[in-house]
Amino acid sequence: MSQQPLVTLQNVGKTFGPVTVIKDVTVSVYAGKVQVLLGENGAGKSTLIKMMAGVYQPDAGRIVVDGKTVTLPTTRAAEELGIATIHQELNLVPTMSIAENVMLGRMPTRHGMVDRSALRNRARAALNLIGLDIDVDTLVGELGIARQQLVEIAKALSINARILILDEPTAALTRHETESLFAVMADLRSRGVGMLFISHHLDEIAEVGDTVTVLRDGEFVAEVPASTPEDELVKLMVGRSIEDQYPRNTGAGTQPAGTQPAGILAVEHLSSTGRFSDITFTVRAGEVLGIAGLVGAGRTELIRAIAGADHYDSGTVTVRGQALPKGNIQAAIKAGIGHVPEDRKGQGLVTGASVNDNLGYATLASTARLGLADFAGQRSRAQAVATKLRIRMHTIDQAVGALSGGNQQKAVFGRWIIAASTVLLLDEPTRGVDVGAKVEIYELMNAITAAGGAIVMVSSELPEILGMSDRILVMRDGKLAGELTTAEATQDAVMTLAARDVDEKN
Amino acid sequence: MSTTTQPATRRGFNYKKFLANNGALVGLVVLCIALFIATPDFLTGQNLLNIGIQVSTVAVLAFGMTFVIVAGGIDLSVGAVAALSAMVSSWLFVSAGLPGWLALVGGLVAGLLAGVVNGLANAYGKLPSFIATLAMLSVARGLTLVISDGRPIKTPAEVSFLGGNLGPVPMPIVVLLVAALVASFLLNRTVIGRSMYAVGGNAEAARLSGLPVKRILVTVFALAGLFAALAGLLLAGRLDSAQPQAAAGYELDAIAAVVIGGASLSGGLGKISGTFVGALVLVVIRNGLNLLNVTSFWQQVVIGLVIALAVGVDVLRRKTRSS
Ligand SMILES: Nc1ncnc2c1ncn2[C@@H]1O[C@H](COP(=O)(O)OP(=O)(O)OP(=O)(O)O)[C@@H](O)[C@H]1O
Ligand SMILES: [Mg+2]
Repeated sequence: MSQQPLVTLQNVGKTFGPVTVIKDVTVSVYAGKVQVLLGENGAGKSTLIKMMAGVYQPDAGRIVVDGKTVTLPTTRAAEELGIATIHQELNLVPTMSIAENVMLGRMPTRHGMVDRSALRNRARAALNLIGLDIDVDTLVGELGIARQQLVEIAKALSINARILILDEPTAALTRHETESLFAVMADLRSRGVGMLFISHHLDEIAEVGDTVTVLRDGEFVAEVPASTPEDELVKLMVGRSIEDQYPRNTGAGTQPAGTQPAGILAVEHLSSTGRFSDITFTVRAGEVLGIAGLVGAGRTELIRAIAGADHYDSGTVTVRGQALPKGNIQAAIKAGIGHVPEDRKGQGLVTGASVNDNLGYATLASTARLGLADFAGQRSRAQAVATKLRIRMHTIDQAVGALSGGNQQKAVFGRWIIAASTVLLLDEPTRGVDVGAKVEIYELMNAITAAGGAIVMVSSELPEILGMSDRILVMRDGKLAGELTTAEATQDAVMTLAARDVDEKN
Repeated sequence: MSTTTQPATRRGFNYKKFLANNGALVGLVVLCIALFIATPDFLTGQNLLNIGIQVSTVAVLAFGMTFVIVAGGIDLSVGAVAALSAMVSSWLFVSAGLPGWLALVGGLVAGLLAGVVNGLANAYGKLPSFIATLAMLSVARGLTLVISDGRPIKTPAEVSFLGGNLGPVPMPIVVLLVAALVASFLLNRTVIGRSMYAVGGNAEAARLSGLPVKRILVTVFALAGLFAALAGLLLAGRLDSAQPQAAAGYELDAIAAVVIGGASLSGGLGKISGTFVGALVLVVIRNGLNLLNVTSFWQQVVIGLVIALAVGVDVLRRKTRSS
């Protein structure tokens, strides 16, 4: 196969200050093919594609487009050569409408003024491609993370690129939206568009990919066909095999009758107009409760209300028999609640502050003496938890925003480990986390429940819900659609409950 | 090929990084050397004491401003609040007949209260800090005129003492150093100080981590008000009277000092030491231009250019940090 690649990164290298992030890597994208990049968090995948997208300049090697060496000083230059990119971290303007965001920088004009109807129509068309049915005049800031991701995808699709780079586009999506995206990718592929695809969901690789380039610590490890078995891929990627992707003896939290442990978290008739209504459930000590549902089912809103991040209209939240005041985060934390929000960059982290500081925010006041921050103690706790979670970083004083996506996620998680929270509310806890690190997070969840803690986990990844939950609640349109035991739970059973309405409408 | 380019880029990086982290300090040193060469009047004991006295007002105002800017806000009212506080103090002494020390404390409380109002309007009233403090600027200046009827009022001896000398050392310099230590301690060591960086960096993340964001914001503006009051008393003490138009426009000097000192107006960044250097840069430039007989009209032009340069360095700093 001597077809000429659309674009090649040839022996490229990249360093940030003293740290070498990419070393001598070559990767090509061919017309009508999907090249997959695979590697652990921090392996350098995003850094690599940013060189192709004109965000970073390679320090070594060259970029070849259509057989000619080029430089891509700006993202604009890359776009002009037909390279469009969906970045891992969203780049949207929250105060502008969906339509304006999709067409940003390419606003259609008439007589020198923005042509609003053309703007809407073109944005509408791009959103239809991926099946996002929503008013294009809605402000992006009002959307949840999954819908923002879909807007970002629509933005890249509307460029009509020859080369499309997708950096973890499916991390925030449920299976439903992922399938729409894959349908679009299949269509693009048949029209000769070359794609570079990154995902930590191994099952997606065989589904959409052609070949896989595996990176480890910024170096090329192997190039294999996308049909390579998953455990083979894992071994290439982490250098060892992973025995059990979901290391939980599910249902173990439900102990023999008679010794039923007490409910730690009890939610009763919780309602919030327009978000969710009449939600009742309890979580027992040692239990992981999974909450499944489609994007927009109200799962995040429910979690936020329990955590005190938002107000609600009626109902009660009780932790160990003690009722929590509405909308009071400090009271919730004091009662042992820890909340990992869905959007780590917007809600989880102060990206400009250090890893050390970020790990310590929740315990800043509780560890202080006479109002003075406990720097030494804070540092050693942060260091310990960073080691425990294997947060990959240069130093603990590094800005958390410079860590790879998965490592940022671990930092949010680590804050609550330091706070010794016993009721964890996890909203997409492994979004963008690699297989190895996922298992580490799951082990942590096991350790917390084994010590008598309780976990509520919202996740759009069905295998994760099925593999890690002792019990599963399914939400649909803001209501509980049903509850499943581990024995009853299958992908189909969950999806039927989650999407019944959608099917009825169609 | 890579062997020839690497040392060059490495040297370039370090140089950039040094300049980026210490831009204001380097600028200050260069400035002083230039003035030393340009005029014999610069490096005299008397002139240096003058600089110290002049910098005290600006720097104390700017310390308060540093809290606000680190927490992601802005305080346009500090100049007016400084004038109001001094006037309240003198009024309490002259018209209300309070003992001098109590009048001094009353002035500080007035500044603190003005700051608390700013903070409440911003945190609970959801007014952007720019608007809330713009309103306070007008209200505080107006109240100053109302209280004084547009005329200066003499200060109690306790306040005049702040403008006097302690042995050979001018009191403003002593107050300045103490204020710098206190401000730096608050910002670096205390829970509330560390929280300011989090609030300025990402208020939502800070809130979800359980930090009391609203209370922090109120504290931040209260501190700015308190430091403004102190600056106002220093100024009045030097003149032995509270002036209704005192410290007009000083808020811009304070903001400039903070920004020259390396804080970012988008929040989450800034240091008291940087602000101190920033204030010195402003005052030394003014002092030097005076010594060189440059008119005050041209001085304004030069100061403007310096601010633009400092923000340019700020942009450069962020670039070197992100790549
Ligand atoms: N701007 C930067 N400054 C310093 N270091 C950086 C910067 N960007 C990335 N890095 C470092 O480079 C390494 C690779 O990061 P990159 O984001 O490319 O990883 P990734 O493979 O995309 O990981 P993930 O799967 O978590 O998204 C990480 O160790 C990260 O800390
Ligand atoms: Mg990445």
